[in-house]
Amino acid sequence: MQNKPSRSLLTYAIVYLIFLYAPVMLLPLFAFNDSAIIALPLSGFTFHWFGLLWQTKALHEALYNSLMIALITSIGSTTLGIFAARAAARYEFPGKRGIMGFIMVPLVLPEIIVGVALLVVLIQLGMSLSAWTVIIGHVLICTPFSIAILQSAFNNMDRSLEEASMDLGENRIGTFFRVILPLVTPGIISSLLISFTISLDEFIIAFFLTGTDATLPVYIWSQLRFPARLPAIMALGFLMVVLSFILLLTAEYFRRRANRITGNSTSSEESIF
Amino acid sequence: MAKSKEDENSIIVVDNVEKHFGTVTALDGVSLEIKAGEFFSLLGPSGCGKTTLLRMISGFDTPSVGNIYIGGTDMTDVPPNERPTNMVFQSYAIFPHLNVAENVGYGLKKQKLPKDELDRRVNEALALVDLDGYGPRESHALSGGQRQRVALARALIMKPKVLLLDEPLSALDKKLREAMQGELRRLQRNVGITFVLVTHDQEEALTMSDRIAVMFNGKIAQLDTPEGLYKRPATRRVASFIGVMNFIPATVRKSTDSTLSIDIQSLGKLDLATHSRHQAGDKITIGIRPEMLTILYRKEESAEYEFEAIIEGAAYYGDMTYYEIRLIDTDITATVSMRNTAGRPILEIGRKTRVGWGIESITIIADD
Repeated sequence: MQNKPSRSLLTYAIVYLIFLYAPVMLLPLFAFNDSAIIALPLSGFTFHWFGLLWQTKALHEALYNSLMIALITSIGSTTLGIFAARAAARYEFPGKRGIMGFIMVPLVLPEIIVGVALLVVLIQLGMSLSAWTVIIGHVLICTPFSIAILQSAFNNMDRSLEEASMDLGENRIGTFFRVILPLVTPGIISSLLISFTISLDEFIIAFFLTGTDATLPVYIWSQLRFPARLPAIMALGFLMVVLSFILLLTAEYFRRRANRITGNSTSSEESIF
Repeated sequence: MAKSKEDENSIIVVDNVEKHFGTVTALDGVSLEIKAGEFFSLLGPSGCGKTTLLRMISGFDTPSVGNIYIGGTDMTDVPPNERPTNMVFQSYAIFPHLNVAENVGYGLKKQKLPKDELDRRVNEALALVDLDGYGPRESHALSGGQRQRVALARALIMKPKVLLLDEPLSALDKKLREAMQGELRRLQRNVGITFVLVTHDQEEALTMSDRIAVMFNGKIAQLDTPEGLYKRPATRRVASFIGVMNFIPATVRKSTDSTLSIDIQSLGKLDLATHSRHQAGDKITIGIRPEMLTILYRKEESAEYEFEAIIEGAAYYGDMTYYEIRLIDTDITATVSMRNTAGRPILEIGRKTRVGWGIESITIIADD
């Protein structure tokens, strides 16, 4: 069997990747460019813009807000995800398929719709906008991802492992902590990292629900009005891309490990990305 | 608990148990007693209810009707973690995140033993299944046979009153399976624990068990020793499930308290020294095992009874040859097995031969 791709297919793949990553590649290019104007030709190499980030106080507050929101969101959506995934993997109940389907719908809803709808509802409820309202919105969009990741972790677990634990004298709670939890831990870590990343990068919902506690993406958007600050934003964007990349790769590593540990080799190759 | 007195030797009493899953009846009024220290098998095709029964003894399922007593105590609704039984799962269910020693010691962890005592008992259990020194190994690197041994050690370390085995050998290849059959049997004799084995493999059940319950459609069709099952199968279905059986139609001529005279088409009239409910004129079926028929290769060989037949097929197994024969001038066919001892040729198809048999080898088979 010939496994070599044809030349045209290879060309297509390269063009495809350039299309995907060229805009992102411009970030480091101008982040290190010694000029206040975002334009070619490049003038020289500098760390100046990164230094500028270090001195901007509003940015630090936005970063702090974003990290806190992402942390709480990831814990919240992963917790909800554990309950839903465990129920879906282990129990049969009427309407299960419909319920699981509806839980997944926020994955494909336009975020601007979710954002506007949440804004209306929260204001009707009399809540004032804050970091907490952003967290509510982020948990909503992150939970489906958490469930998808955790469901594969729970599904891959052989049921007889739980029975073996019970058979050897352990009760349900002990079985959860000694067998189930260790086996799904990689899935939990993966879920935490991915929802953290999604929350950190999310703009639209945060923009609608943020109030005065701007998140990092909202802060970036607000700075776009000032051309002079653009290179610093490029530097910030570059750092965020690197961070997101590292988080996602780590999450994927744990997700695969979860599949390997539970002995499911067939699904270990597919990725949710 | 009225039963417990008369059942002093019975470690497990299954009393009229039924199990319904929706409209499906998995078990339909099963009663049996398993004696302490015996190797007991539940044998039957898939879906016959044998696994359901085992899961009820282990506590993973509860009967819809009836009771299960273990060691004289009603355990019908006791959860698995509080029963004196341990199970070897079909998939072995080795904990993948624990190494061999941690797997084997899993059930002892709750007892909070001092470390050296725990280590000693784990090593003892590993030695029992010939896995000395395997403690630190990662469990996912084990072979099928080794996983099986770890599962055994993990169950036996709990010193259960009853060890339950759910098709433990079905995942192994033929050679290893046969070796493990012998080992399991030896192990059971050494530890003296009651073993209850679920299997669909009649050979496995015959070679290992003290007693076997053959199950069909949620009922026990026959409960007997391996020899009893083979020699005196109660029904046609049991007879053909346990080994190969030739069924030959016959008619009752006369029935008294001590003899049964029958007429077997083309084989003639026979008087059997047995009592039967059958009346003169009844159509019955007699069974005869392939090894009870003998091909008479040479003229000077003879048997108690003889008939002539044509070889219609031959399957060569190395040590044995199985012949399909047809009685001359009839449509009655039968299987004959012959040991391939020195001087016995493999007979070619189409050849006429004499076949001998004895009256002792005949069993009357009840229709299902």
